[in-house]
Amino acid sequence: MTLAPSTPHLTLAQDTATEAARAASPFAIRGMTVSYGQKPAVFSIDATIRAGKMTAIVGPNGAGKSTLLKAALGIVTPLSGQVTMYGQPLKAMLPRIAYVPQRASVDWDFPVRVIDVVTMGLYRHLGLIGRLTGAHRARALACLDRVGMADFAERQIGQLSGGQQQRVFLARALAQGADLYLLDEPFAGVDAATEKAIIGVLKSLRDEGKTVVAVHHDLSTVPDYFDDVLLLNVRKVAEGPVADVFTETALAEAYGGRLQAARPDAVPVTG
Amino acid sequence: MFLDALTFQLGYNASLVGLGAALLGVAAGATGTFLFLRKRALVSDAISHATLPGVALAFIAMSLAGFDGRNLGILLAGSAVSAAAGLIAVQWLSSQTRLSEDAAIGAVLSVFFGFGIVLLTVIQNMATSGQAGLEGLLLGSTAGMLFSDAVLIAAGGAAALALVLVFRRPMTIASFDPGYARSAGIDVGRTDLIMMGLVMGVTVIGLKVVGLILIVALLIIPPVAARFWTERADRVALIAGGIGGVSGWVGAAISASTPNLPTGPIIVLTAFGLFCASLLFAPARGLVAAGFRHRRFQRGVHIRQGLLSLAQGHPIYEPLTIRLLTAERLARADGVATDDGRARAARALRDETRWQVARRTPEFELAAARYDGLTQIEDVLTPDQIAQIDAQIGPPKGVPA
Repeated sequence: MTLAPSTPHLTLAQDTATEAARAASPFAIRGMTVSYGQKPAVFSIDATIRAGKMTAIVGPNGAGKSTLLKAALGIVTPLSGQVTMYGQPLKAMLPRIAYVPQRASVDWDFPVRVIDVVTMGLYRHLGLIGRLTGAHRARALACLDRVGMADFAERQIGQLSGGQQQRVFLARALAQGADLYLLDEPFAGVDAATEKAIIGVLKSLRDEGKTVVAVHHDLSTVPDYFDDVLLLNVRKVAEGPVADVFTETALAEAYGGRLQAARPDAVPVTG
Repeated sequence: MFLDALTFQLGYNASLVGLGAALLGVAAGATGTFLFLRKRALVSDAISHATLPGVALAFIAMSLAGFDGRNLGILLAGSAVSAAAGLIAVQWLSSQTRLSEDAAIGAVLSVFFGFGIVLLTVIQNMATSGQAGLEGLLLGSTAGMLFSDAVLIAAGGAAALALVLVFRRPMTIASFDPGYARSAGIDVGRTDLIMMGLVMGVTVIGLKVVGLILIVALLIIPPVAARFWTERADRVALIAGGIGGVSGWVGAAISASTPNLPTGPIIVLTAFGLFCASLLFAPARGLVAAGFRHRRFQRGVHIRQGLLSLAQGHPIYEPLTIRLLTAERLARADGVATDDGRARAARALRDETRWQVARRTPEFELAAARYDGLTQIEDVLTPDQIAQIDAQIGPPKGVPA
């Protein structure tokens, strides 16, 4: 496995400190490069997500935000790179990770009810032939209740609005009872009430000590919603606490000429 | 005659065929469901056409070795090998080249089938073959079905059903959301392989009854028909198994009780009949039910709009609205409200006003999302919540005559 040395002139002491931070991180990426065809979508990304924090992955369209998550989870195969959770390869730690894919990635006319989608989150507990008991159902309903969707349990998923679909996806992730939550654009195309409900649940997860990483589009809400930010544009532009790295300069570097369109004070963009 | 066939009283061979066809139908329907949900129904067409060269090569090899080439078990083993080769070719072409899966299916299907037909011609000209009867595997031929053939079909069908039962959960999750499935620890590649293996197995055991050209119908029509009846994947599989089984059983009986009707095509046509019935009459998604629901909704909306107009003293222009209101004795033909109509109009206006308040109150936003112009707010909010809304809008108003 090739490791792209991102900062070759680190001193030995800094190196050790970085290593220690990586080992303590629930989501540490090293030298990740992914390409579709000959063009890299993500190039040599190093990132160390802090435990118990909410991190936004931010960058312009085509910056490789979703690709980074998918490659980390093995949904797409990276050209190079390692991802670890507390020092262990992510592959071995999947039971402690919940992934919320983009809402648009599935066919919502699929014949399942809301409750069936949420119980998919219990697959690890059920296995191939484990029986779905009343206790499992109660757990799924509790997760639906947490996102305000308990009344919709018996509905076919095609009858839901976009925001409701997103909540159901979040409920499925909650059912997994994971320690690390990776969300791909959880606020894309949802109504205001859903956005509020989702951010409430994510903050409560963080307050329980879980780690939340979300691909995020809306720059104006980054400081309100998130503790840390990972700014991407194929390459990593900046990484760290919002107060330190979510700066005009870093944004200009990530977005280039497109910043005007994405600026909070310009016309608000919804992804 | 037909009833005798249905109750397995038309002789030994007909009973064997009927039983075999029913079991095959159940297995094909249940297996095909997951193919349909994974949106890869046409892959089964490539798989089935790819069986032909394997059948022919198995026959040639057996004949050259001096055995009877018509042993069904050997022929099916050969068909499985070449079906697997065809499947691998489709997978490889669509994953490793820029060809899309439909193009890969088209290429593999025609090449394998063409090669198989060439081999069949070779067999006809072979000195040893005589009447090989391999053409029967194209469209199925049940005339000379042996007990051992029926046992083979039954055992294969039961094995396929058992595997569907075991792997239904990962197959459903992988079909709905493959990316999530991977993150949840499901090996999607292996799940797809199992799914395709099942389809291959059903195709192979279906060669004798339905034939390789039509087996795809028995895999796809039952789940598509079943989808009209339910919104749940597990029930789609269950109902598809039922539809497949009934098609096999009834189709075999029809063909047994009428001279010179081919079994396989009749089974497929029977399945198609059930599909048409489902398309029209299934209560969940059938066309008739959907039409009725739409009409009921339309009538409800018209009456509601009419009542609101009455309540606010607006004239009603829509002829349908007036017609519906007069039919319900809520208004006279000239659009003037009856006593009953005024009472209903007042209630409708009250309900509408409550909804308006609910929709702009953030606290009720989720409930307000259920507003469709027909649902009564009492069905969505609790009496306490409605009292809270009423506090904002004051006491109910009557509608003046």
